[in-house]
Amino acid sequence: MKKSVFLGALTVAGLAAGAAAATTLEDVKARGTLNCGVTTGLVGFAAPDANGEWNGFDVAVCRAVAAAVLGDASAVEFVPTTGKTRFTALASGEIDMLARNTTWTFSRDVDLKFEFVGVNYYDGQGFMIPKELGVSSAKDLDGATVCIQTGTTTELNLADFFRANNISYEPVPIETNAEAQQQYLAGACDVYTTDASGLAATRATFEDPTAHVLLPEIISKEPLGPLVRHGDNEWGDIVRWTLNALIAAEEYGVSSANIGELASGTDNPEINRLLGTEGTLGEMLGLDLEWAKRAIMANGNYGEIFAKNIGETTPIGLARGLNAQWTDGGLLYSPPFR
Amino acid sequence: MSDTHAQSVAFVRDTAIPAAPAPANETGPVKWLRENLFATWANALLTVAALFVIYLILSSTLPWILGGVWTTTSLAECREVLAGQTGACFSVLAERWNQLLFGFKYPSELYWRPILALVLLFIAAAPVLFFDLPRKLLIFTALYPFIAFWLIWGGSILVPIVALLGVVGGYLVYSRFVAQSFATGFFGGIVAALIIWYIGGFITEALAPANPMLTAVPSRDLGGFMLNLMLGVTCVSLSIPLGIALALGRQSSMPLIKGICVIFIEFIRGVPLITLLFVASVMLAYFFPPEANVDLFLRVVIMITMFSSAYIAEVIRGGLAALPKGQYEAADSLGLEYAQAMRLIILPQALKISIPGIVNIAVGLFKDTTLVSVISMFDLVGMIRGPILASTEWNGVYWELLGFAALLFFVVCYGISQYSQWLERRLATDHR
Repeated sequence: MKKSVFLGALTVAGLAAGAAAATTLEDVKARGTLNCGVTTGLVGFAAPDANGEWNGFDVAVCRAVAAAVLGDASAVEFVPTTGKTRFTALASGEIDMLARNTTWTFSRDVDLKFEFVGVNYYDGQGFMIPKELGVSSAKDLDGATVCIQTGTTTELNLADFFRANNISYEPVPIETNAEAQQQYLAGACDVYTTDASGLAATRATFEDPTAHVLLPEIISKEPLGPLVRHGDNEWGDIVRWTLNALIAAEEYGVSSANIGELASGTDNPEINRLLGTEGTLGEMLGLDLEWAKRAIMANGNYGEIFAKNIGETTPIGLARGLNAQWTDGGLLYSPPFR
Repeated sequence: MSDTHAQSVAFVRDTAIPAAPAPANETGPVKWLRENLFATWANALLTVAALFVIYLILSSTLPWILGGVWTTTSLAECREVLAGQTGACFSVLAERWNQLLFGFKYPSELYWRPILALVLLFIAAAPVLFFDLPRKLLIFTALYPFIAFWLIWGGSILVPIVALLGVVGGYLVYSRFVAQSFATGFFGGIVAALIIWYIGGFITEALAPANPMLTAVPSRDLGGFMLNLMLGVTCVSLSIPLGIALALGRQSSMPLIKGICVIFIEFIRGVPLITLLFVASVMLAYFFPPEANVDLFLRVVIMITMFSSAYIAEVIRGGLAALPKGQYEAADSLGLEYAQAMRLIILPQALKISIPGIVNIAVGLFKDTTLVSVISMFDLVGMIRGPILASTEWNGVYWELLGFAALLFFVVCYGISQYSQWLERRLATDHR
C-alpha cells in the first residue's frame, strides 16, 4: 500500500514535471539567447577570431537559427564541445542544437536519440599526394605508403577501398592531424588520407600548397549536419527549415544583396512564401512571417556562407562538388516551401 | 755554532723569495677548466662532445628565434616576409597575446581585474611563504580569497561579503564551543556558516544592484593561462589542509573516520584525473536540472582538489610514519591532548619531512590543470589547440605556440621548486 502510494506520487510528480517543462522554443525565447554547440575549433567550420567572435561554416547555421527565432544573429551563446562531450551536452539540455561537423549515422540518429535535421556539408574521405609523384587517381596508388589516423572509420574505409580495387598499400599509423602533417611533409608516407575538407584545410597551411593535389576519388560518405534532441519536434522543424531556407534561397537566387528588394514581393510565389510576403509558413512554425528573411540576412544564403568560409577564394579552397545545388549536379535539395 | 757550516755552504739566503705568480695552468679560468672540464681524457672527450651538441642545438634554434617575425597578421604573411629563410612566426603570440593569457571571452577592458588579483596574490601569499614577515599580514591573506573572487568574477559585492560573514560567524561559533567539545564546535561552526549563507543568499538577491560596481563575468568566459593559474592556486591551497586532515584521519583510532578516509584516498588514487574531470563536466549535467547548473569552474575545482588532496594525504602520512614513536609518546607524557600534540609536536616535524613530496604534487597538479582542455575549457593549451590553431590565419604554427606554453609553465614550476629548496634549507634543524 505504502509502496503504491509512493510510486503514484512519483508518477504524478513526473507527469507534472513533464507538463511544466517548457518547449525548447519557449526556453530559447525566454532566455533571449540560443545555446548552440560548436567544435572547440576547426579551420573554416568554427573558430573564434582575434576579437573572440565566432566565425565559420557551422557557426553560420547557429546564427541563422538565432536570427530566425530571436531576430538577432548575435544572440547566440556558443558552447564549445569536444568530440567526447558533444552528445551529452545535447542530451542533457545544456545546448539547444549542435552544429559541429557531426556525421549523420544510423546509430547516432536512432540509438543516441537525436534528430539530424539535414545535411549542411557532404564530406567524404579523400587522398592528398605530392604533385611531383604524378598520380591522378587513387586507383594508381598500388604499393603506396599511406598516413592514416588509427582507430577511426577512415582506417576501415581505406582497407575496404584497397581490397575492393585489388591493390596493396602500407599503412603508417599516426595519432593526430598535426602529427600527420609533419609525417607527410617529411616524406614518411606518400599519401595522407582523411576527410576531404580536413585535407584541404591541412593543405592550406603548407608552405607551398600548390605542390600537393587532392585526388578525385572520395571513398566514404560523411554527411555532416546540425542535430537536435528527440522529443521536441517543433524545435526540430524550426532548425530543419532554417537550414532548408538557406539552401532554397540559393536555388531561387535570393542573396543578402538582393533580399531587401525581393522581400517587397516578386512574381515567383515560392520566393514570396519563403520571404513571408505570401502564405503563413512562419506562423506554422510558431514564428513570425519574416523568419526566413532574417535567417538569410544573417550570413547570406548557403552559397554565400560556403564561399565566405570554406569556398575557393578562401585559403581552404574547397570546391562545391557534392555540395552544389541539385540543379548544378550536386546533392543540395531543399523540399519545397509550400 | 752558527758558523759551523760557514765554509760548507756557499750561500745562505736571508730573505724570502718573492711570491711568484702561480703557474698559468694552476690558476684562474684555466685551472677551473682543467679541473672541471678536462680533468681526464674521458672528461675532455665528454666536454668536447657536449660542446658540439650545444653548438648543434643553438645553431639550429638561435637563427630561428632571432630571425623571428613579430608583426604579421597570418602565417602566410610570415612566410612571405621570411621568404624562405629560417625564422619563427612569433606574430601569433603578438596577435593572440591576450587570448593566450585571458582566453577569448574575458572582456578586454576588464583585464586589469585579474592582473590586480595576481599582484595581490603575491602580497597575500608572502606571509604564508616567508614566515619572517609580520604576522599581521595574515589578515590580508585571509581576506584575499574574497577580494580575488570579487575582482575576477565581479558582480555584486554583497556575495563575497556574505561569504566572508559566513566564515567569520562559523569561526566565532567554533571558538565559543570548541572548549566543550571539538565535535560540537566543528559542526556548530558549519551549521552557523550555512545559516548565514542561506539567509545572505536572499539578502544579496533582494539588494543586488542592477549595475554592480564591477561588471559580472561568467565562469565560462575565463580562459588562457589565467585559468591555469586560478585552478592551480585554488586547488593547491585547498588540497593541503584537506590532505592533512585525510592523513590524520587515516591514522585515527576511530574506525568510522579511518574507514571514510581510507576509502576516499584509495578510491581517488585508483581513478585517473581525466575520468574525474569527465564526471565533473559530463555526468553531473545529467543529475542536475538544466537551469540548476552548478558552475563548471567550481565542479572542476572540487574534482582536482579531491584528486590532489588524496595524494598529499599519502605524502603527509609518509612524513607522519617517519617520526620516531618517541615523539608521540613524548607528547603524551607532557600531558598534551590530541590537537595540541599534533599542532605543536607532530605536524611541524612531519610536514617538514613532507615538503619535497608536497611540492612534487603541487607542481604536478599545476601542470595537470591543462587537462581541462579536454572538457572544452579554454585554458592555455585549450586556447592553442582549439581557437588559435583552428583559425585560418594561424593553422600550422605549432612550435612557437607550444614553446611559449612550455616557457610559461617552466617559469612557474621552477619558481615553486626554488622556493621549496629555500624552505628546506631554512627549516633544516638537524645537525649534519
